[in-house]
Amino acid sequence: MQLALFLIFGGLAVAGALNLLLQRHPINSALSLVVVMMSLAVLYWSLGAEFLAASQVIVYSGAIMVFFVFVIMLLNAGEEERTTGSRAAYLVGFPGAAAIFCLLSFVFLSERKALGYTNIGGYLNHVTSNISEISTILFTKLLLPFEVTSILILVAILGAVVLARKEQ
Amino acid sequence: MSPNVLALLPELILTLAGVVVMLAEPCLKPGSSRKPLGWLAIAGTVAALAASWYQIQFGTIHAFSGTIQVDAFSVLFHFVIGSVVLVTLLGSIDFFEGNASHAGEYFALVLFGAVGMMLMTCSVELLMVFVGLEISSISTYIMCGFRKGQATGTESSIKYFLLGSFATAFFLYGVALSFGATGSTNIYAIAHGLETTATPALAFTALALILIGLGFKVSAAPFHVWTPDVYQGAPAPVVGLMSTAPKAAAFAVLLRITFTGFPTYQHRWAILMWVMAALSMTVGNLGALMQRDVKRMLAYSSIAHAGYLMVAFTAFPFDGIAAACFYTATYAAMNVGAFAVVTQIAGYDERARSIDDFTGLGQKRPYLAALLSFFLLSLIGIPFTGGFFGKFYVFSAAIHGGNVWLAVIGLLNSGVACFYYLRLLAAIYTRPGSESTRLNQLRRIGVPAAIGIGLAAVATGALGILPSGAVSFAEYASHSTLIEQGRQECAASPDSCHLQLQFDEK
Repeated sequence: MQLALFLIFGGLAVAGALNLLLQRHPINSALSLVVVMMSLAVLYWSLGAEFLAASQVIVYSGAIMVFFVFVIMLLNAGEEERTTGSRAAYLVGFPGAAAIFCLLSFVFLSERKALGYTNIGGYLNHVTSNISEISTILFTKLLLPFEVTSILILVAILGAVVLARKEQ
Repeated sequence: MSPNVLALLPELILTLAGVVVMLAEPCLKPGSSRKPLGWLAIAGTVAALAASWYQIQFGTIHAFSGTIQVDAFSVLFHFVIGSVVLVTLLGSIDFFEGNASHAGEYFALVLFGAVGMMLMTCSVELLMVFVGLEISSISTYIMCGFRKGQATGTESSIKYFLLGSFATAFFLYGVALSFGATGSTNIYAIAHGLETTATPALAFTALALILIGLGFKVSAAPFHVWTPDVYQGAPAPVVGLMSTAPKAAAFAVLLRITFTGFPTYQHRWAILMWVMAALSMTVGNLGALMQRDVKRMLAYSSIAHAGYLMVAFTAFPFDGIAAACFYTATYAAMNVGAFAVVTQIAGYDERARSIDDFTGLGQKRPYLAALLSFFLLSLIGIPFTGGFFGKFYVFSAAIHGGNVWLAVIGLLNSGVACFYYLRLLAAIYTRPGSESTRLNQLRRIGVPAAIGIGLAAVATGALGILPSGAVSFAEYASHSTLIEQGRQECAASPDSCHLQLQFDEK
């Protein structure tokens, strides 16, 4: 079943990502991004990361995508204009992306035995619980990064104020 | 004081000052002076520097379950970052007065950015490093576009934001993969896990991705493309800050990750560093030769200086860290000084941009011209300036580590670099033509800015004439990080403990 899930939703994610790039209207691209995010959530869930899957749906598909769609609607963004693009982007960008893709697949495939296996079943029969482990580590070892994130958000809010204000 | 408070004392002070400045800003009337907020920010920075100084006497402080490690290494970088922020704030007080209506937000962003950078230098947990990196980057993205109504400012901000986010993604992916390979994101746990890892290729890929992310932040070639455009469009004091402090923080992280996190792979990552150093030096210096705009020229020069600094990574750990620490300090002093002078000459709306606009500065403003020449001579690496000893230690460390050819490339590059710095110097001391009026309406330089430039000049001069104190502090910093790695290994496996206390703790 895991293989079937992977093939269906992995394919859906790739198709959504390609559609995202090829669509001309921003709203179509945004909706394809929802497809990508949801398929990724299913992939995370099938790997036994149920907390990550849930937060992926809530944060990305829920919060961030709604923001995207709102912004597109408020700006009343029309169809994008295509330019020919820079030559350097074609000459370096595509080979570069292909090289990184090949490198990562090579690394993952060559080390797949050592990396081990995981499945959906773990948390269903209470062998492991991601949520309890994440909460333990979040409030002990990773307490400081968790707290300091508040400064990060503060800076982002301050930045939004600076960028939105009109100078006389 | 609890170690958790003690370890984060400078960051806590800066955060507090930043929050107070941010909250006071909307309470002031729209047209009123923002100078009091600037002085508040300066007071916060000075207090943070004092707190850092206070931390030295406690040796190595561990806090927040091994997330934070404050040692001489972090204190040194705290000093560099704090001093750069101080000089920048002193130079910005008059810069924004009457030009931007809400300058208080700028002061708050500078302080928050400094918090992020300081957290990067004292954390040994990659997630903490990531949060610090994001704080410092996001505040810099915003400060780049602080000058409203100028297309180049917006371009600079957007370009930096998009490319910077892309680079951060690489860094984060590297952190995730190193967690996959070793089961931890703590630098010492990674070092320990690497000895027994079943997936060495994955671990090395992780390091390579981290190098891409941080290489972007320090603008090392081939990840340097954003630098000239962003520096050209951003306000001059911001460029002075972002070309030194975030780079110092990123180099501190890079030093910790490579030398204490992945020491097992030094023979492999040293090759990557070799290539990046050689490329950065060459691309930076050749690119600077072709520039007529002073800020773009200094942008390429900062790429070249990132390259000189990366030469230190090919040396032996102790020499390399010490040389890199010293070079970061000298580079920060001279570069922030050069940009502080450019800020004063160009002004808010950048009257003087190209090298020709600086013609005749020596006659009109002899003191400013002399200071700018001093910083430029230090950037060249003339003896008895900080830049000379910085380069000297880096290249001698590389030769000691057996990388003679890299040192030769570096020296050849220093020769090329003379040309474009001297071109600017020649323009400064040329008699102005009749049509040159750009420098005529120069504002009087304010007292705070003069103090800031003076501080940078004193630091550059002191590091060149009396480097022994700074060198021994850099060596102490290097020792304090490396010995900690040995301690952690001994705690993990006491049987195979071969800790050598080569350098007595001071």
